[in-house]
Amino acid sequence: MSDAGNLPRAGDLGLIGCHVCRLVCRDVEAEDAACPRCGSPLHKRKSNSYMRTWALLIAAFIFYVPANVLPIMRTVSLGDVDDNTIMSGIIELWVKGSPDLAVIVFTASIIVPMLKFVALGLLLVSSQQGSRWALRQRSKLYRLVEFIGYWSMLDVFVVALLTALVQFGFFSQVEPLPGVVFFGLTVVITMIASMTFDPRLIWDGRDFDD
Amino acid sequence: MTMPSQGIKPAIAPPTLWICEDCDTVYRRRTLARGEVARCVRCDAILARHHSLSVSGMLALVITAMIAFVQANVWPIVTLGLNGQLISTTLWGCIVMMWRDNAQVVSVIASLTLFFFPIIKMALLFWVLLYARRGRRAPGFRQVMVLLYRIGPWTMSEVFVLGSLVAVVKAHMYFDVLPNPGIFAYGVLMLIITAFSSIDVRRLWDLTEEAPA
Repeated sequence: MSDAGNLPRAGDLGLIGCHVCRLVCRDVEAEDAACPRCGSPLHKRKSNSYMRTWALLIAAFIFYVPANVLPIMRTVSLGDVDDNTIMSGIIELWVKGSPDLAVIVFTASIIVPMLKFVALGLLLVSSQQGSRWALRQRSKLYRLVEFIGYWSMLDVFVVALLTALVQFGFFSQVEPLPGVVFFGLTVVITMIASMTFDPRLIWDGRDFDD
Repeated sequence: MTMPSQGIKPAIAPPTLWICEDCDTVYRRRTLARGEVARCVRCDAILARHHSLSVSGMLALVITAMIAFVQANVWPIVTLGLNGQLISTTLWGCIVMMWRDNAQVVSVIASLTLFFFPIIKMALLFWVLLYARRGRRAPGFRQVMVLLYRIGPWTMSEVFVLGSLVAVVKAHMYFDVLPNPGIFAYGVLMLIITAFSSIDVRRLWDLTEEAPA
């Protein structure tokens, strides 16, 4: 790690990279600089990254509560009404269907969103304090959060498919309930939150507080 | 969002550098050997990969994806059987049903991530690759490339494949379920997406030259 500490960073060399097309430019230190090749705005760091990521993360967490408490799906079968939450759906899948898929759904709908809240919160707090702790691991954690983000949409698609299948005039039917809407929104908002966070802040120390 | 902004245009540095997107470290570019991946020493992010697939190869992959996508959407995904009745649905069947069933938000999210964004992505890729094969930039190249970058994370066809699998098993608790060709077309689409995921499309910026005005 000691030799990595000497590598030049773009800011030190007066350079700025465009995220959209990866062109390397000479930094002009202007608010409205634009990439000469693709025209996207150039920022040294994503603007107001901390504040916006915090806001989105908190919003997503607020939506995550009803997503788990409210039922996401109703199955009516021979007069038996059964409302399923995310968790009860997983248990049902474990007991009656296939335990492997129950594990996949549990990972996608419970572990992944929780991990995202904890990981993004940790990255925000540690970077805001200019912490030098586990820098490389924190960078990897960020990439993990970005990579797994959209797999949480799994349960939403399951409910959509089941609803459509069973709706066509059977005695039994399946209906989507409000929980699934909140869950879909949670996934979308956490995805935006992880895009808003600027991973370069992890390495910036206290230089870029805004 | 996709329009070129009118701000100050800084000078372009010599195209011999890579900047790590995750930590801003600057590297000198070098040619990579077959299968080689350049990683950032500081944060371990991938800086660049060797490109084993040519532009024509990418174009072929996109065309295959388009064919699989049409099949995935035209053919039903699963069929349910109950008391001798057979019922099947396509992706659009799901979206329409969610809309009618007071889950419009879900219906909008699903139609965007499973239908509109993938279509837009494939069409735009087809367009730029068609011209890039001859080293040229397609009309509207700049806007298309920016748009491709923006919609990238919002296409979720591969998640849908796993979702259908779970739905089949869940439905099986109550009914007879048969997977249909649509789900296999989605499976093929998933393989193509995986093959494509290691390709950084932004390399087209370096591979093509602006047509002289």
